[in-house]
Amino acid sequence: MTPSPSKRSTSLSRRLREYRRSPISLVLRVAVMVSTLLTVALFVYLVGYIFMRGLPYLKPSLFEPVYTSQNVSLIPALVNTLTMTLLSLLLAGPVGVFASVYLVEYATRGSRWVTVVRRAAETLSGIPSILYGLFGTLFFVNFLGWGYSLLAGAFTLAIMILPLIMRTSQEALQAVPDSYREGSYGLGAGKLRTLFCIVLPSAVPGILSGIILSMGRILGETAALVYTAGTVAQIPDLMGSGRTLAVHMWALYSEGLYMNEAYATAIILVGLVFVIQALATAIARKLTKG
Amino acid sequence: MQQIRERLFRRLIILCTWASLVAVGLICLFLLLSGLPALMEIGPLRFLLGTEWRPLAGLYGILPMIMGSIWVTAGAMAMGLPVGLLTAVFLARFCPEWLHRILSPMVGLLAAIPSVVYGFFGIAVLVPAVRQIGGHGSSMFTAMLLLAIMILPTVISVSEAALRAVPDSYYEGALALGATHERSVFFTVLPAARSGVLAGVVLGVGRAIGETMAVVMVAGNQPRMPKGLLAGVRTLTANIVLEMGYAVDLHRGALIATGLVLFIFILLLNQLLASITRKEER
Repeated sequence: MTPSPSKRSTSLSRRLREYRRSPISLVLRVAVMVSTLLTVALFVYLVGYIFMRGLPYLKPSLFEPVYTSQNVSLIPALVNTLTMTLLSLLLAGPVGVFASVYLVEYATRGSRWVTVVRRAAETLSGIPSILYGLFGTLFFVNFLGWGYSLLAGAFTLAIMILPLIMRTSQEALQAVPDSYREGSYGLGAGKLRTLFCIVLPSAVPGILSGIILSMGRILGETAALVYTAGTVAQIPDLMGSGRTLAVHMWALYSEGLYMNEAYATAIILVGLVFVIQALATAIARKLTKG
Repeated sequence: MQQIRERLFRRLIILCTWASLVAVGLICLFLLLSGLPALMEIGPLRFLLGTEWRPLAGLYGILPMIMGSIWVTAGAMAMGLPVGLLTAVFLARFCPEWLHRILSPMVGLLAAIPSVVYGFFGIAVLVPAVRQIGGHGSSMFTAMLLLAIMILPTVISVSEAALRAVPDSYYEGALALGATHERSVFFTVLPAARSGVLAGVVLGVGRAIGETMAVVMVAGNQPRMPKGLLAGVRTLTANIVLEMGYAVDLHRGALIATGLVLFIFILLLNQLLASITRKEER
C-alpha cells in the first residue's frame, strides 16, 4: 500500500514555493483535480437526473401484476429479469467454476491446453453483446428452433458471462495457499475431498464476487436479448418470449409513447444495479482484509 | 469406489473446460456460415467499400457504417481518455484514503449502469444540448460524448490498477532527486505504467466500438457517409440492431456479414491487447 498522500503533504507555503519553481506541477495537479471533479459531476448528474425525472412517475400502477398499455407495469419484466438471471447463472456458474477448478487444480500450470482455453475465454470476454445476440438468434433461436424464448436468452447470456466467472474463479482458487492443500493431503484426504472441503470453501468469496458481477451484467443487458428472448411484455414459460427490465426500457423507447414511465423504470433498474454493486464492494473489502 | 468418483469428476470438469472453446468455435462457425454467403453474393469489395446502404434497391455497402464506428470511437477516446487517465492518476496517487473509499465504488457503479440508461440520459440531456450548437441533436458528436462518458470507468479502473502496480521505489527515487510530487507521478510512475494504461485504452476502444443501444438512441442512424460532427451517423452495431428485426434473405445475410466485420475488428483488438499484456508479463 502507498502511504496516504495527506501524510506526505507539506505545508502550504512550501508547496507554493515548489510550484513557483516548477509551474508544470501546478498545472498537472489542477488537471488531475479538474478531471476527477468532472467524473464525479457526471456521475452525480447522471444518477440525479434519472431520479428526478423518473420519481414523479413511480406510481403504484407501475407495479400491477399484468402489463397493459394503461399501466405500463414493470412487474412482468422484473420477474423475467429474475428468471433470466437465475437461469443464466445456473448454466454458466457450475461450468465456469468447474472449468476453473480444472485449469487451476488439475491441469499442469502453463501447459499448452491451459493457454488455449485462457485465450478462448479472453476472446469471449471481448466480444460485444450485440454479437452474442446475433449468435443467439442464429444458433439457439433458428438453428435449434427454440424461437424467441427465455431459454434462448439465458443460454446466450450464459456464454456471455462465462469468461467473467472463469476469470474471477481462477483468481480465487489461485489465491488459496498451497499449504491448505498440503495440510489436507497430509491428513489423508483425497483430491476430491480436499477440493470440496478445503479449497472451494476458502475460494467462495472470490467466486461469489464473480457471480455478483455477472448478475450486474445480466441485469443491464439489452443488445444480446432483443433478438434472443424477444420483447413481449408477459411472464412466459421457458420457451416463451419475455422482456427483462433493460429490454423493457428499450421497448418503451422504441414505442416512444411512455417516456416518463421509462424513467421511472430506470430508477428501479439503477437501484437494483446499486444493490448488486454494493454487495460486490462489500465482498471485495472482506477479501482484501483477508 | 473413490477412484471411480475421482475419475468421473475429472471427466466432468474437463468437459466444462471445453465449454468456452466450444462457444468460441460455435460463434465463429455460425457467423461465418451465415455471413459469408451473403458477403460473396454481394462481393466483398462492393460490401466493404460500397458507400450506399439501400437494402430495398439491393445496395449493400457498409463503408458508411465502418467509418461511422471508427469516427465515433476515435472521438469518444479523444474526449474520454484524457479525463479518465487523469482521474486514474488522482485515484492512484493524489487521493486520500477516505476519499478513495467513496470514489472507487462510484467508478464501479458508473461501469455497471446499463447502457439503455445511458441512452435515456443521452436523449434527454445530451441531444438537446447538442441541438443548441446546431443540427438535429442526434449526431456523431452526441454519440462521441455519450461514449466518452461510458468508457470512463473502463479507462479509469484499468489505468488505476496499472499505476498502483508500479513499485513505490520509482516514485521515491524521483522525489529524492528533488522532483515535486506531481513531476514524480507524471514523469516516472506514469511512463512505468504505460503498458497497463495502453491495455485500458484498448479495452476502452473495444467497449466503444461494441456499444449498441446507447449509440442507437443518440446517433441519428442515417446510413450515409459521415458528413460532419453535427450530422447523424450510423455505426456497425446500430446497423445490426436496427434492421435485424425485419430483414430477410440477402438483407439478413448482409446484416450478419456486418456482424462478421465487427467481429474481425474485435478479434484484432483482442490480439493487440494480448500482445500488450504478454509484453508486460515479460
